[in-house]
Amino acid sequence: MLAELGLAALWLAAALAGLQLIAGALALVSFNKGVGDGGTLAGIVRPVAVVQGLLAACALIALMGLFAQTDLSVKLVVENSHSAKPMIYKLAGTWGNHEGSMLLWVTVMGLAGGFVALVERRLPEPTMLATLAGQAFVSLGFYGFLLIASNPFARMSPVPAEGQGLNPLLQDPGLAFHPPTLYLGYVGLSIAFSFAIGALVTREVGPAFARAMRPWVLGAWVFLTLGITAGSYWAYYDLGWGGWWFWDPVENASLMPWLAATALLHSCGVLAARNALRAWTIMLGVIAFSMSMIGTFLVRSGILTSVHAFAVDPRRGSFILMLLAINIGSALVLFALRAGTVTEGERFAVTSREGALVFNNVMLSSILGIVLIGTLYPLVTEAFGQKVSVGPPYFNPMASLFFVPMVLVLMVGPLLRWRRDKLIRVRSLLLPGLVIGLAAAGLALWLGVKGLPYIGLVLAPAIAVASLMPLKGRNLRRLPLPVAGMVIAHFGVAVALFGMACDSAFSTEKLIAAHVGEVVAVGPWHVTLAGVEPVAGANWTALEAQLRVRYQDGDVFAMTPQARSFWAPQQNTTVSALHTRWNGQLYTVLGEQADGGRWQLRLWWKPFVPMIWLGGALIGLGGALALLGRLLADLKRIVVRDKIAYRRMRQGR
Amino acid sequence: MTGPEANPAEPDLRVARWAMWLPLGLFLSFVLLVVGGLLRPADHDVPSRMIGQPLPQFALRAAVPDRPGLARADLATGKPHLLNIFASWCIPCAVESPQIDALAGQGAEIDGIAIRDHSDDLAAYLARNGNPYSRIGADDVSAVQLAIGSSGVPETFVIDGKGVIRYQHIGDIRAEEIPAILAKLREAS
Amino acid sequence: MARRFILLFAALLAVLVGPVWAPAWADDTMPPAPYAYRQLDDPALEAKAEALMETLRCLVCQSQSIADSDAPIAGDMRNQVRLRIAHGEDPEAIRGWLVQRYGDYVTYAPRITTLTWPLFAAPLLLLGLAALLLRKRFSRVGQS
Repeated sequence: MLAELGLAALWLAAALAGLQLIAGALALVSFNKGVGDGGTLAGIVRPVAVVQGLLAACALIALMGLFAQTDLSVKLVVENSHSAKPMIYKLAGTWGNHEGSMLLWVTVMGLAGGFVALVERRLPEPTMLATLAGQAFVSLGFYGFLLIASNPFARMSPVPAEGQGLNPLLQDPGLAFHPPTLYLGYVGLSIAFSFAIGALVTREVGPAFARAMRPWVLGAWVFLTLGITAGSYWAYYDLGWGGWWFWDPVENASLMPWLAATALLHSCGVLAARNALRAWTIMLGVIAFSMSMIGTFLVRSGILTSVHAFAVDPRRGSFILMLLAINIGSALVLFALRAGTVTEGERFAVTSREGALVFNNVMLSSILGIVLIGTLYPLVTEAFGQKVSVGPPYFNPMASLFFVPMVLVLMVGPLLRWRRDKLIRVRSLLLPGLVIGLAAAGLALWLGVKGLPYIGLVLAPAIAVASLMPLKGRNLRRLPLPVAGMVIAHFGVAVALFGMACDSAFSTEKLIAAHVGEVVAVGPWHVTLAGVEPVAGANWTALEAQLRVRYQDGDVFAMTPQARSFWAPQQNTTVSALHTRWNGQLYTVLGEQADGGRWQLRLWWKPFVPMIWLGGALIGLGGALALLGRLLADLKRIVVRDKIAYRRMRQGR
Repeated sequence: MTGPEANPAEPDLRVARWAMWLPLGLFLSFVLLVVGGLLRPADHDVPSRMIGQPLPQFALRAAVPDRPGLARADLATGKPHLLNIFASWCIPCAVESPQIDALAGQGAEIDGIAIRDHSDDLAAYLARNGNPYSRIGADDVSAVQLAIGSSGVPETFVIDGKGVIRYQHIGDIRAEEIPAILAKLREAS
Repeated sequence: MARRFILLFAALLAVLVGPVWAPAWADDTMPPAPYAYRQLDDPALEAKAEALMETLRCLVCQSQSIADSDAPIAGDMRNQVRLRIAHGEDPEAIRGWLVQRYGDYVTYAPRITTLTWPLFAAPLLLLGLAALLLRKRFSRVGQS
């Protein structure tokens, strides 16, 4: 019953999305012809958008209900759940699969669209109609995908006795709630995309458009930032080799939307404050959403050899590609036709806040270009019958080529005035960063660091100091939240960069086959292998190394890395043990048994490595603060608007 | 800049018009690229680049007591050989073993290289699956395997009488593939 | 060992999560090659080997460097690399030796060939494009 209800809700939501698109488009046409205000049709678009979102939410709740009950007559539940699973993983199982994740996507998109329809009153009505119609257009594709090619409510007969369960590796609280986090990012970008379409259709590209779009971009960006940061940390402790970023196609697929969103965020700022970079912002709005769809496609279609690690479905891949081609293709045609008539907007000098932000945008877009080309290039050579691998030796220097100039400008940009400024004016604010940078350069040289880590070690302290300079002479208590957010995020860039450089420059590795009782030195640590014991968990057994570790002459801590064997499905994994100090992390892994009763140990001392993720978290926090600031301002504005409307109404009567 | 103009924005727009189609063009080439990728059958094999190259020098100790070890000289005897890379712990190798027997039955000279294998395990495997090999070398650290560009087990190489690698078959040999292998072997003589 | 990392990012993108790709190797019972899990005594040589191993692709895992893989053949490749480095061979010569056998697939550092030059022209093109855009953007200001 619940399954049928859910499916009915989904069909209704799809129908309403169709209505939203048609009504919006027709109303827009009548607006353009100048015949009235679009009339009834214009009036229904907003309510329809709200109801569409609510219906999609009903469908998702129905599916969650099916998973919670473990209704084994539903195919999706059978394939992805098990009656003995803890409730939290049953619910998480709802979106831990293809169909459910697609349903989650349309639901969040529908709710976000409904929210926009409900509260957004800044834009001219035709632009709003075009935005909501555009949003319905994107949603319709996803509804079609769900209803035609991947119905989550499909029944199964005969009803099996038990479900097949969820991959044990995915039964991790972090992973269970991670996909929704990243989806929120993607959906935020889809709303930004709809705004861009709406603005293109009506040629209303201005500060109001940027201000309406900005909270969505900011929100999306915060979620993407946190998603990538957390993903990188899990990879780091999960993989057992101490690496945290591999430029793997799947990682790149998550990085590309982030890069585009970062650029969009900054160009939005220029458009909102100065009414410049109009066509460019629109373009970035389209690109940012394209990248989230392209990323989803690359991962799910399994087209790149490195993503063969899980079941991929080329048929679904083709479907996503089709959606992608329709959505992005039509948006780009619209862009080509319309963007030429969107004027560039206000002018500014090279040395100005806008100038710095334009530079940042161009550099971010170039990094995006490098990542995209490097990720896709193996496909190009395969088309010519050759296999090529593109990895860190390509990505690191090529991305740095654009990253380094970008962060150099980052040190100056926030200090500059809008429109026109002189470097001489801000020289006293630049001096501290410069001095610190030079000191770091000398110190790193003395420590014998070379190459990219050297550049990182020089830049990181300089950026850290420079990023705080916009605070000088300000009353910190009355600091606007967006400014505080910017400072924190930029400081986070410095922190993360410092962590990355330190990891490359100063990590110590020790691979050893140790006897029980043996003391191994790695960096400033002494690690004693006290013993190896068997332990057992719910669905695994493991060998656990009892390590006693001591930092220089400090206290002794216990660490217990494991080598685990799962039996259903059968899999061996290593579980590393980490010990974090303020100045770094000790990373230990238990390997196989070696001859003579010895045990393979892999030990790393990684100075300051946690700063990578701390920096990522700071960047996310900065974004969240800025978002909060913008939302509070919007809220104040809405309250004031309503008050005025109320007074007018009373006076008018 | 190109002279004075009434509307300063105009000349840029003309350039811009053309540039506006650029994103669409790039996007379409992306779509073409991935459509091509989706249509191509997935191919995870890493073929050896040593085809047409002479075998490198090597001498492997005997992997089992009842067969001699294998050296480069044993494969450059003027007669073509099949060189089967296999292991007792490899399941597709056991699946392939009837075909190796069949090839031997049709007159092919077959030598083996056992990868990372224990003598006892290998002897048991051969007792179970038949032993059509003239010689079996033990490659405990995959050294010869790496030297001839083989990336897994099982793989089968055709070596001509001069010790030059002529052909590589990746994965287990199916029954229907036997004639093709024999043809390659004949070509090499 | 399963590539949990890939799986993780897959989950991030809420990809259809199914059975983990079964590795092509079963469990052989041989101990790892001597230098698979053992470092060279000379830290300078070990650093050289480490840098090289991080840029060589494991042939059976297909998505990891040999420095990050527990696959036996990756261990055997590490053994080869460390031994050759210890014998004074140049890292790039070792890379070349492997490329000769497995093609460009085995190295994560693409070489410049007739097929891969666009990969290296791309940054130059992007730089040119960026310069053009910025120049156009700013040169107009002089007039206003």
